[in-house]
Amino acid sequence: MPTDADALIDAAPIRHASTLELQFRRFRNHRLAMVSVWVLALIVLACFLGPFLFPFTGQDADFDNINAQVDLFSAHPFGTDDFGRDLLVRVLEGGQVSLTIGFLGAIVAGVIGVFYGAVSGFLGGRVDGLMMRLVEILFGFPYVILVILLSLLFGGGNIALFAAIVFTLWLTPAVVVRAQAQGLARKEFVEAARAGGMTGRQIVFEHIVPNSLSVVIVYGSLLVPEVILSESFLSFLGIGIKEPQASWGNLIQTGTSAMATDLRLLLLPGTLLAIVLFCLNFIADGLAEAFDPNDR
Amino acid sequence: MLRFVGKRLWNGSLTLFALVTLTFFVMRLAPGGPFSRNRKISPEVQANIEAAFHLDEPIWQQFGRFVWGLLHLDLGPSTRFRDYSVGDIIASGLPYSLTIGAWAVLLAAFVGIALGIAGAMRRNGFTDYAAGTVGVIGIAIPIFVIGPVLQVIFAVKLQWLPVGSWNDGWRSLVLPVVVLALPNIAYISRLTRASMIETMRENYVRTAVAKGIGPTRTLMGHTLEGALIPVIAYLGPATAAIITGSILIETIFALPGIGRHFVDAALNRDYPLVMGITLLYGALLILFNIVTDLIRAWIDPRLRNAH
Repeated sequence: MPTDADALIDAAPIRHASTLELQFRRFRNHRLAMVSVWVLALIVLACFLGPFLFPFTGQDADFDNINAQVDLFSAHPFGTDDFGRDLLVRVLEGGQVSLTIGFLGAIVAGVIGVFYGAVSGFLGGRVDGLMMRLVEILFGFPYVILVILLSLLFGGGNIALFAAIVFTLWLTPAVVVRAQAQGLARKEFVEAARAGGMTGRQIVFEHIVPNSLSVVIVYGSLLVPEVILSESFLSFLGIGIKEPQASWGNLIQTGTSAMATDLRLLLLPGTLLAIVLFCLNFIADGLAEAFDPNDR
Repeated sequence: MLRFVGKRLWNGSLTLFALVTLTFFVMRLAPGGPFSRNRKISPEVQANIEAAFHLDEPIWQQFGRFVWGLLHLDLGPSTRFRDYSVGDIIASGLPYSLTIGAWAVLLAAFVGIALGIAGAMRRNGFTDYAAGTVGVIGIAIPIFVIGPVLQVIFAVKLQWLPVGSWNDGWRSLVLPVVVLALPNIAYISRLTRASMIETMRENYVRTAVAKGIGPTRTLMGHTLEGALIPVIAYLGPATAAIITGSILIETIFALPGIGRHFVDAALNRDYPLVMGITLLYGALLILFNIVTDLIRAWIDPRLRNAH
């Protein structure tokens, strides 16, 4: 039979919100950022589910409707390109590619950067010096040149593009996390963990990385638009994703070559890309504001 | 000071050497070669052409030859533009790229700083929101979207400016420079605004206000000096952004600069030309970072004593 004391404990479990929870609560109050989250979610859903609503794919040519104009109530709401391929479906399919590369690229670059930075900052000394020297050298490289060369090295195509972008973008998170890790390595709880017999690896995984998380989220959110921009930049130049596969970059490229006569081919992918980049920047701003420890 | 410059130059040349080495091997390891597209020539002719460019040697020997040439300031002949050396091609394209880049930096710095100051002085006023909007647009809309859109508006529809190329004097400069400056205007105005707001809270600015020298002199003599330090620090990354941008700008506006040559050269595996342009861009980037640090150290006494 439960006593009164047990009942009391059951009834009132005082749960303290974690810092991360508090930060996300603050983020939810940032109106522009929240609107951006919803708009972005809508675009992601449209890109991944929208093409199923059409009876054709973005690579099916409809030879009866070549260069069809915008007609919202026809089979091709935004018309077709000069191969008779449906523009809306192509833009949505291109969005799948661009968004996937954007988010996956940011996550992979972020994870590499976090561990590199955490290890470097935690170990300190000569290893840190060497590891940071490498980062410094890579920072001195003109980034575009590196991306162009690397995507050539990997032979073009999606994976090559992805690898090249990740390879050039992990540096900033690495530097940021290293600074964080250096501070953390001197904290008492890390000292205690070391005294308690935790290995270096355990400390990095269980103390340094989780405690750098909020910084990583802020900088990681800035990586996503950067990756998307890099992808479309390269595809625009003809180095990234190639026809017939669509991406926002190569759709915009096709659009520019026909822009004097038909702006529609440029405006639809261009506008969508710009909206996504707007949203991602607003979200990053909101996260930075919510997570900034100096601004409480 | 001299030791600081020397050390930075030494580090810079190490970085440059690493960049060049990496570029060299990446280019050679990438599939395809400079002459693999000419399908019609016989194998003997192909072998002869490759021998003429020393492409038949082992890769280490080629690298040694390249470094040796570099020490003599000779980048070799281009494999695509026959009869032109890499030096000739760079010398012919560089003036265009530099003109556009320099005007874009000037425009971006002037407009960006002005917008940033205006925004910081009248926080949350109309100017601040207008500047903020320009900033967000500059950051979020990529060059290769805004460039063609402006081309359609100002060149195709209104016909005020040429669509591209370099035949109309200053009028062909307007669109490329404005488009290239836009993202940098955005970054610089954001940076200036944030830094101004922070500096206006400093004690020395409060003292200047308290002694009653008036808002203009406070701004010119005290606030700006402190507030512009991070803006100057952005000069280094700005160079990188201008280089990135100029590759796109020269493609969009069909300008004969070296950015466009770079993409063509990389796609056609014109090894010597790729090496030359990479070297140039890398050197520019490193040089600007050093210059930036020097200017910062000169303005900011806290940094001067650190080295």
